[in-house]
Amino acid sequence: MAPIVSFPGAVDGSHYTENLTFLLKYETIPTYRVLDTEGNVLDPAQDPKLDKDLCLKLYQHMLTLNGMDLILYEAQRQGRISFYMTNYGEEAAHLGSAAALTLEDVIYGQYREAGVIMYRGFTLDQFMNQCYSNASDLGKGRQMPVHYGTKELNVQTISSPLGTQIPQAAGTAYALKQQGKKACCVCYFGEGAASEGDFHAGLNIAATTESPVIFFCRNNGYAISTPAREQYRGDGIASRGHGYGMATARVDGNDILAVYNTMKEARRIAVEEGRPVLIEALTYRVGHHSTSDDSSAYRSKKEVSDWQRLDSPINRFRKYLENKGWWDNEKEAAFKKSSRAEILAAFARAEKQKKPPIENMFTDVYDELPWNLQEQKAELAELMKKYPEAYDASGYATSAPKA
Amino acid sequence: MLALRRSTHLLTKGFCSPVSVRTFASPSGNPPPAEGFMPGVSSSKFIKNTSEQVFANSELKHLKNGETKKLNLFQAINEALHTALVTDNKAIIFGEDVAFGGVFRCTMGLEAKFGKARVFNTPLTEQGIAGFAIGVAATGSTAIAEIQFADYVFPAFDQLVNEAAKYRYRSGDQFDVGGLTVRMPCMAVGHGALYHSQSPEAYFAHTPGLKIVVPRSPIQAKGLLLASIRDRNPVIFQEPKILYRAAVEQVPVDDYVLPLGKAEVLKEGKDVTIVGWGSQLYVLENAIALAEKQMPGLSCELIDLRTILPWDVETIAKSVNKTGRLIISHEAPVTMGFASEIASKIQERCFLRLEAPIQRICGYDTPFSLAFEKFYMPNAHRCFDGIKRVMEY
Repeated sequence: MAPIVSFPGAVDGSHYTENLTFLLKYETIPTYRVLDTEGNVLDPAQDPKLDKDLCLKLYQHMLTLNGMDLILYEAQRQGRISFYMTNYGEEAAHLGSAAALTLEDVIYGQYREAGVIMYRGFTLDQFMNQCYSNASDLGKGRQMPVHYGTKELNVQTISSPLGTQIPQAAGTAYALKQQGKKACCVCYFGEGAASEGDFHAGLNIAATTESPVIFFCRNNGYAISTPAREQYRGDGIASRGHGYGMATARVDGNDILAVYNTMKEARRIAVEEGRPVLIEALTYRVGHHSTSDDSSAYRSKKEVSDWQRLDSPINRFRKYLENKGWWDNEKEAAFKKSSRAEILAAFARAEKQKKPPIENMFTDVYDELPWNLQEQKAELAELMKKYPEAYDASGYATSAPKA
Repeated sequence: MLALRRSTHLLTKGFCSPVSVRTFASPSGNPPPAEGFMPGVSSSKFIKNTSEQVFANSELKHLKNGETKKLNLFQAINEALHTALVTDNKAIIFGEDVAFGGVFRCTMGLEAKFGKARVFNTPLTEQGIAGFAIGVAATGSTAIAEIQFADYVFPAFDQLVNEAAKYRYRSGDQFDVGGLTVRMPCMAVGHGALYHSQSPEAYFAHTPGLKIVVPRSPIQAKGLLLASIRDRNPVIFQEPKILYRAAVEQVPVDDYVLPLGKAEVLKEGKDVTIVGWGSQLYVLENAIALAEKQMPGLSCELIDLRTILPWDVETIAKSVNKTGRLIISHEAPVTMGFASEIASKIQERCFLRLEAPIQRICGYDTPFSLAFEKFYMPNAHRCFDGIKRVMEY
């Protein structure tokens, strides 16, 4: 055997060689799956054998998520909410991963993870209230629609800047470990966000600090209009995990059972072994990027409809349930009907509510209002009194009475 | 950039005597003359040499244990960090090279005492450090992060401005990063040039949600740093690195905090109000001595702003209403520097009392250059000239 190099930078060791070789070709990382597209289990040993109740809950959440997306997408088209982003095609990645976690695990999302929050118990009313930025919105009406967050369910509030949550999740995981919690942090992001510097910063710092964090990349092939081929030239996002010295897996993101298994094992590694994990879930963004986007400008409608027809995560799971005799057309129709009614009822309730009190514009910038904000709040109150025609406050709740 | 940062260049040259820990970047033989040394710091009237002077200050009077200890600024920072770790078992300290004691010695001995889990090195990534710190604080722990030089905080700008500052607001107060403090050495050092001299406070001052603090002395550094760490808002704590070794005074041994958002009148006067922060206060002290000597009867009021955001408008306005004149001085470039904000607000508040235009005596609108530092700086003569001009207006 060739002698071992002694340079301190070779932390995992290295051997000398007299052959000049540039590493160019390597095997791409395989994509783990449990179900085929017809919902058949390929290797029975891989079936997590989730019980019927859980399976039905997961499937029904997929349908509810779809139903909610449909209503809120249309609501935005009609100008009733200002913005929306659908989750079409990524339902299995959300629900399969969420089901393998506990409520003690802290979630950081990007903005296309509504299924994860739904699984944890975020109600239709809470989704709607946030999108309507009404007086019941937990975020007090400050952020754009789909920027959810809930302390109760351990989901850190979503922000627009891409990738910022990645090093934050590492810090949270480190703190969880320090606090002696038997929990991990899970950080979702897309393959586009993985090009940000914060991805590099976050994965590297998580590795060196041995933080129990699971980085879950939703690779749906597009970042708005930019196809993956223009996003990177390596073997997707998963191939980067090795470079950071991180346990890594690639999974079929349209296979809910494969996603579940992957996340389950990732959680075990993170919590029990106290180190970070990278998961890349391959999926396809069936919807437009957002309501501000028409994706037919950069990809064919046929490409989209082929994915919907040939590899829908919902259909695949439905076939699995049907094979088990747990689901059928009748159940499907009945559930869709009742679910749609619930969504519309929550929608109507949210729409009826007033906006939050206007003073919420000034609070929570700091823990207390500094002098400049007190002055500016008073100035606005004066202006509103002076020019009521310019400041219609009728749609806003009044301030809570002072204690 | 990296080669320089990883060395102890600034410690081994000039006013900073060489440290024994790393010698590879040291010039051989004796260090060159200390161009960065600030004349007047050791003889400053604002430096407390006895414990009587220390406890005469109304902000420190209440301390029961009247003991003090002679410390320089880096030692006072070290004391504050030590106290923070002792009094808060969820507090952790991290950054580039903090484990061996830090390139400016501020974290000396902390890893040995509190362990690698609470005091540790991060990879070399400022955005990573800031993001990681935000995550720690968002989980209810106390994050004390170090950026090696304020000049290198800009990769973390997005994390600090878009994330830390807005964390409480955007979540409707469900989450906050009140436990976050980011320390960074700042200001000129005599030979720091473009990337070891900057004062970035004005960039951050345009960001609602952040607090920004700059101490002037060891007593101030300890009390303001502990207050910053315990404040329930994210705080940027800028340490004037030229004072790390140059400023030495008696510092209370007790655990104490000094108020954020509060300026301190260092010298009372009736003719002109002069506002500064950090090491610039010693330049202003010298300029005032020169002016009061040359213009018999002149009396200048000197105020240490201490907190840049949210700043203490009341103390400044009260002073200007008395004196009728205002000079603000900082090392950072003049255009859009924080002096502009103070000048504008005081012009609003004290318009009828102003007897001369408000003067900003600041760095020029150039990058911070090596060979020309002494011509760039708002030095005592420039400040003296400014005092003369407002008095003769």
